[in-house]
Amino acid sequence: MPRLNSYRELEHLRQRLREQRQNITTTVMVCGGTGCRTSNSQAVIDAVRDELSSQGLDDSVRLCVTGCHGFCEQGPVIIIEPGNIFYCHVSPEDAFEIVYQTVMKGEVIERLLYEDPVSGERFKTEAEIPFYKAQDRRILSQNRLVDPCSIEDYIVAGGYSALPKVLNGIAPEEIISEIKSAGLRGRGGGGFPTGRKWGECMDAPSDEKYVICNADEGDPGAYMDRSVLEGNPHLVLEGMMVGARAVGASKGYIYVRNEYPLAVKNSRIAVEQAREVGLLGDNILGTSFSFDVDIARGGGAFVCGESTALMASIEGKVGEPRPKDVHTVVDGLYHKPTTLNNVETWANVPSIILNGSSWFASKGTKGSKGTKILALTGRIKNTGLVEVAMGTSIREVVFDIGGGAANGNSIKAVQTGGPSGGCLPLGKFDLAVDFDVLSEAGSMVGSGGMVVMDEETCMVDVAKYFLTFLQDESCGKCVPCRLGIDRMLEIITDIAEGRGRMEQLDLLEELGDTISQTALCGLGKTAPNPVLSTLRYFRPEYEAHIKEKKCPAGVCKALITYWIDPDKCTGCGVCISGCVHGAITGEKKQPHVIDAQLCQKCGICRSECKFDAVQVF
Amino acid sequence: MPPQILDTILEGRRSQPNQLIEVLHDVQENYGYILREAIESVSQGLGVPLIEVYRVASFYKAFKLNPSGKHVLTMCTGTACHVRGSHLLLDYAISQLGVKPGEVTPDGLFSIEQVNCLGACALGPIVAENGTYHHHMTPAKLRKLIETLSRQEAEDVQHAQTQ
Repeated sequence: MPRLNSYRELEHLRQRLREQRQNITTTVMVCGGTGCRTSNSQAVIDAVRDELSSQGLDDSVRLCVTGCHGFCEQGPVIIIEPGNIFYCHVSPEDAFEIVYQTVMKGEVIERLLYEDPVSGERFKTEAEIPFYKAQDRRILSQNRLVDPCSIEDYIVAGGYSALPKVLNGIAPEEIISEIKSAGLRGRGGGGFPTGRKWGECMDAPSDEKYVICNADEGDPGAYMDRSVLEGNPHLVLEGMMVGARAVGASKGYIYVRNEYPLAVKNSRIAVEQAREVGLLGDNILGTSFSFDVDIARGGGAFVCGESTALMASIEGKVGEPRPKDVHTVVDGLYHKPTTLNNVETWANVPSIILNGSSWFASKGTKGSKGTKILALTGRIKNTGLVEVAMGTSIREVVFDIGGGAANGNSIKAVQTGGPSGGCLPLGKFDLAVDFDVLSEAGSMVGSGGMVVMDEETCMVDVAKYFLTFLQDESCGKCVPCRLGIDRMLEIITDIAEGRGRMEQLDLLEELGDTISQTALCGLGKTAPNPVLSTLRYFRPEYEAHIKEKKCPAGVCKALITYWIDPDKCTGCGVCISGCVHGAITGEKKQPHVIDAQLCQKCGICRSECKFDAVQVF
Repeated sequence: MPPQILDTILEGRRSQPNQLIEVLHDVQENYGYILREAIESVSQGLGVPLIEVYRVASFYKAFKLNPSGKHVLTMCTGTACHVRGSHLLLDYAISQLGVKPGEVTPDGLFSIEQVNCLGACALGPIVAENGTYHHHMTPAKLRKLIETLSRQEAEDVQHAQTQ
């Protein structure tokens, strides 16, 4: 493609691309996100492509390999427009039928439609499916319009329209005041007002400034940033361009997790494409604005989600935080003023510029505007990426969108905000997804992880899990975090292994309080949250571990025993051949028995048994 | 170690200490791990003290200072995978293969890696085998995966011997 030297040339290109696509009658959108690729969507993509070719439909049907559609549990997922027909669990063998019946004849294939697990009702279109219906997909819905590796797709869909607006007309001060009145707050965890951050960076005097996109997504259990960056990288780039224009930066970095190979690849391609057409580089669209972006791969350290540690990492150093007496908007990357936002925050920027701050603020609550993408996972029916208006209750997310508990269990809690967040009990599910509301309840919105837990999840084990994670990830620079978490983990391990004492619960609270007040960085200060919130809402579970030496959820290995229910056991012998420890005995067609002395509680027998006969007490 | 690959990696980045992490990623992609000679060459090439290169290489989880097995089982232990039982998978892999995360079996066939999140949380627990994701894993499925891989290896060896 030729280099674009003006806004007019960009609009001409958009017009020309749209005209070229006038002959396209049908678009088949196949999800090529990491989730669907895990379910082998590449084979589906290849099969559909071959089928379209062999039917001679290459010119009239567009096959669009998109980013994540959100409903990962149902992958591989296909949407066909016009008609908004939604097919799930598609296999390569379905390609012929999809092309011949749906694409060519407009007929719907019943068996590929989504079936509601509760009512058994089948839904023809994406819009009708309860999982999507209750959502407000301002950002995620854009994923399915574009092939992330095609800048043409992004331009045809109306992309790169906010950039000319800020280059020709709106002054940097006005951009910032627009972001401020939109009420956009940082989606990465802190919820800091984005406009204020930009304003302070703009005011900081310097010959050089930076903008950074944090795509390190350290929260284990959240993947919205991966999906947005790998599914629509140009949207994130355009957000960064607007931000760079506002604060006066000439250089940007996308700091992306190396464990997300597709996000690394797609963002690299996007940067190359934008450079090629002159949307990155010197004198963008013929103006005096020059800006370029580089991709920096992360090293897999949770602490690098902290702004100063992340900047140290981009500089090629060990990711250790430093005191923030002077904020990074004044003294950031290479000691220059730096604006750092996460992927989702940047992705919100172009639409605020295009549609105005009042449009953005029309959704949300008083203190939290717009929408939030949540990674709805755990022990729930419909798992996937969900985008809802701020203010939506946890109950709506978990039950209306998530469909409630899987396997007939009952839901007990939801963990929000990752290792810095907390666990909220069912009684708190009427709370709204709102930065301030969840913080007051002892948790946080964080980056949007929402892990649902049921009666088979042990809250002591969850607290232990997070402490183990945080102990491993603590950079070790400050004592409260390095040693405090160690001590807390020792205590929790004692409790989980049946050596706990009641007075240790008070000590846990005291330690947690001290770490919160004295740790160096935000991640250290919030590290005790998983323990403090579970102690606050699930104290009886801790007490059961200590007083009765029981794990009510049947998780903590030291306190549980595996046994075979003789009424359910058919004597099929699968568990005997599966047990690598030789702990199970029994005759064919007779109930089998587990030798508790030999049993290592590895869980193989339980996952192999088709009759649910292996139980834990 | 073919030095020309390292030269290609360092090309255009010499005397730029800020390129250290990117260079180490490229070294690992090409050689499978960060070998000692590479640490020395990177130190010289970028102008970063040897101890600092080692510090960075050992600080970040992404970097391996030892070679991996032929089949790398990457066990996701993110929160979403954990509440669906990923700890059982990790325990099983450790007991079955007799090695801890980061180690290689004596025959060089398997190594276990433990990662915080692979980003396919909706489909957990996830185990990746040399980058291929396996979803909704159970201890039983993992046992079969390991058995299948071991059997294939044994057959390959037999095949090679008969030829």
